[in-house]
Amino acid sequence: MSVAASFEIPFLRYLEADGRLSGAALPAFARDAQALVEPYKLMTLTRSFDAKAVALQRTGKLGTYASCLGHEASHVGVGMAMRPEDVLALSYREYGAQFARGVQPREVLLYWGGDERGSDFSGPPHDFPFCVPISTQCLHAAGAALAFKLRGEARCALAMCGDGGTSKTDFYAALNSGGAFNLPLVLVVVNNQWAISVPRSAQTGAETLAQKGIAGGLHCVQVDGNDYIAVYDAVSQALQRARDGQGGSVIETITYRLSDHTTADDARRYRDEAEVKDAWQREPLIRLRHHLVGEGVWDEDKEKAWLEECARRVDEEVNAYLAVPPPPVQAMFDHLYADPPPDLLAQRAEAMAREVR
Amino acid sequence: MAAVALIEAITMALAHELEHDPSVLVLGEDVGINGGVFRATAGLAQRFGDDRVIDTPLDETTIAGLSVGLAAQGMRPVAESQFDGFVYPMLDHLICHAARLRTRTRGRMTCPLVLRVPWGGGIRAPEHHSEANETMFTNVPGLRVVMPSSPHRAYGMLLAAIRDPDPVIFFEPKRIYRQYKEEVADDGEALPLDVCYVLREGRDITLVSWGAQIKETLEAADALAKEGVEAEVIDVATLRPLDFDTIRESVAKTGRCVIVHEAVRSGGFGGEIAARLAEHSMFDLKAPVLRVTGYDTHIPLFRLEMKFLPDLARILDAARRTLAYD
Repeated sequence: MSVAASFEIPFLRYLEADGRLSGAALPAFARDAQALVEPYKLMTLTRSFDAKAVALQRTGKLGTYASCLGHEASHVGVGMAMRPEDVLALSYREYGAQFARGVQPREVLLYWGGDERGSDFSGPPHDFPFCVPISTQCLHAAGAALAFKLRGEARCALAMCGDGGTSKTDFYAALNSGGAFNLPLVLVVVNNQWAISVPRSAQTGAETLAQKGIAGGLHCVQVDGNDYIAVYDAVSQALQRARDGQGGSVIETITYRLSDHTTADDARRYRDEAEVKDAWQREPLIRLRHHLVGEGVWDEDKEKAWLEECARRVDEEVNAYLAVPPPPVQAMFDHLYADPPPDLLAQRAEAMAREVR
Repeated sequence: MAAVALIEAITMALAHELEHDPSVLVLGEDVGINGGVFRATAGLAQRFGDDRVIDTPLDETTIAGLSVGLAAQGMRPVAESQFDGFVYPMLDHLICHAARLRTRTRGRMTCPLVLRVPWGGGIRAPEHHSEANETMFTNVPGLRVVMPSSPHRAYGMLLAAIRDPDPVIFFEPKRIYRQYKEEVADDGEALPLDVCYVLREGRDITLVSWGAQIKETLEAADALAKEGVEAEVIDVATLRPLDFDTIRESVAKTGRCVIVHEAVRSGGFGGEIAARLAEHSMFDLKAPVLRVTGYDTHIPLFRLEMKFLPDLARILDAARRTLAYD
């Protein structure tokens, strides 16, 4: 018997869990350790933000919130590797990627605080808002990539989904379109091992999630999603290849959801505390900090000062969010149509009249 | 000016917009070199190229999802659902995204896509090729839902749909695709997407319909005229947003109304019109508002399908029952 086709999925890691180098030659951008300080600071800020957001929900000042605890390297790595003109189509917890692209924490809070204005954010105006129906954003990214290709623009579309998201029709449809049209499309699967209560092992019989892209003719790689250097490296290579017309990619970043699925979830019902404790040994901040300290560009004083700065900035964002008055009742009618029909305007007037009473 | 059938008017409108707006593109299954299974896109790929008229992989979810992404990034995709029964995998993208994007982002992003859907029964087609499923779209805020019933309106309304800044579901009554030809000027003149059309004036009874049933409804008006009854016939044309004023004014004049539609009765759009008449026109009515519709069943395979569809006899029966009230 001969072989009709064969494939392999490379795995990328530069930083071990304890911050030592894995031995793989560092990519050029990471050879200057100073260049890793900004992303480290953003990862730390994201974690401070996340802790505060959970606390706000617990005290009734925020609605249900999806924590990003433990995903900081995967999220910030994606955001830092993208260009402003690229399009990001995310699910609903990739705040680190959004912050890297200019979205303000107060806007994320506004969204989870029950206000559509949170999605009219100050990041790139072409970036998609949060996408709750799982993996549908993957096809929107494919459509965006098709628009860029048809218009001859050197732009890429990047979609992020989770391990559970790779089970959806839309994920397969997106990677199939990516290959069929040779689109500048990058699909980043943030594999945090859990889709609410269902573990990665129950989602698919595939050995890796990255290899699903092989079926569509895409480049596929699995990386340590807790290693900022590996994530940034894989994403920027994939974007460059896509920009050059060399095809799309699926990147699986292996990480762990250290939090509950959302504040409405209690993960103790379905997963072992020992597994979570073990995952904390591999979390993304410690290893990058050890690397930066070892390279002499970070120290305890800087860490302490930065954490204080994070707390100050997050408080400022929270105060800005809390100061936003609720939208007027007519907001639910506004922006439904560019040109609202008369019967809708009548209902709008009816709702407004009730407010005055 | 050429005399064209409804389907040729569709092709003409697509060609006009492809010619005049570089952001317009056509996509779907077999819409390219094959020209679509009904020939709606015949010749377009050859004329405008395969980067304007795009054959997609065979997946309705893909067509809808790509269209949302394209529209959100400045293109004007005109997607084709090959048949009405194939739209269901598209609903997630149409309802959760296309219809909501403007609202969700407070106008930062918009989704000006058109989904063309060859619609309805009566062509002896296989299963899932004959569905009258417009009502489920009329219940979705953020969409426009339209259905032309003549070549002239098909041309003008499709131009308007493509130029509209919001998503439009464009139903094409396939039973009357080639029913007759009329003169349609290829002048780029769009028709409004928020008006009903009074096709025939009369003072005794209002007959309201849309899509392919306009044919039988007009025939009913002819038959009634021979009995000395003047029927006013209204083509709803745009179901959402509904131009209720035109219907109300007609019923204020006639005092009687029969609504004719192919879709199932329960939860059908006729119910919305009847409810509005109950709210606004009760004291104008001389008789109950009646509905002549498809039965509350699946449309049967073609040996029985013409017994499912409202026909001339059923429309006349309802009209006469209404006219019997003094």
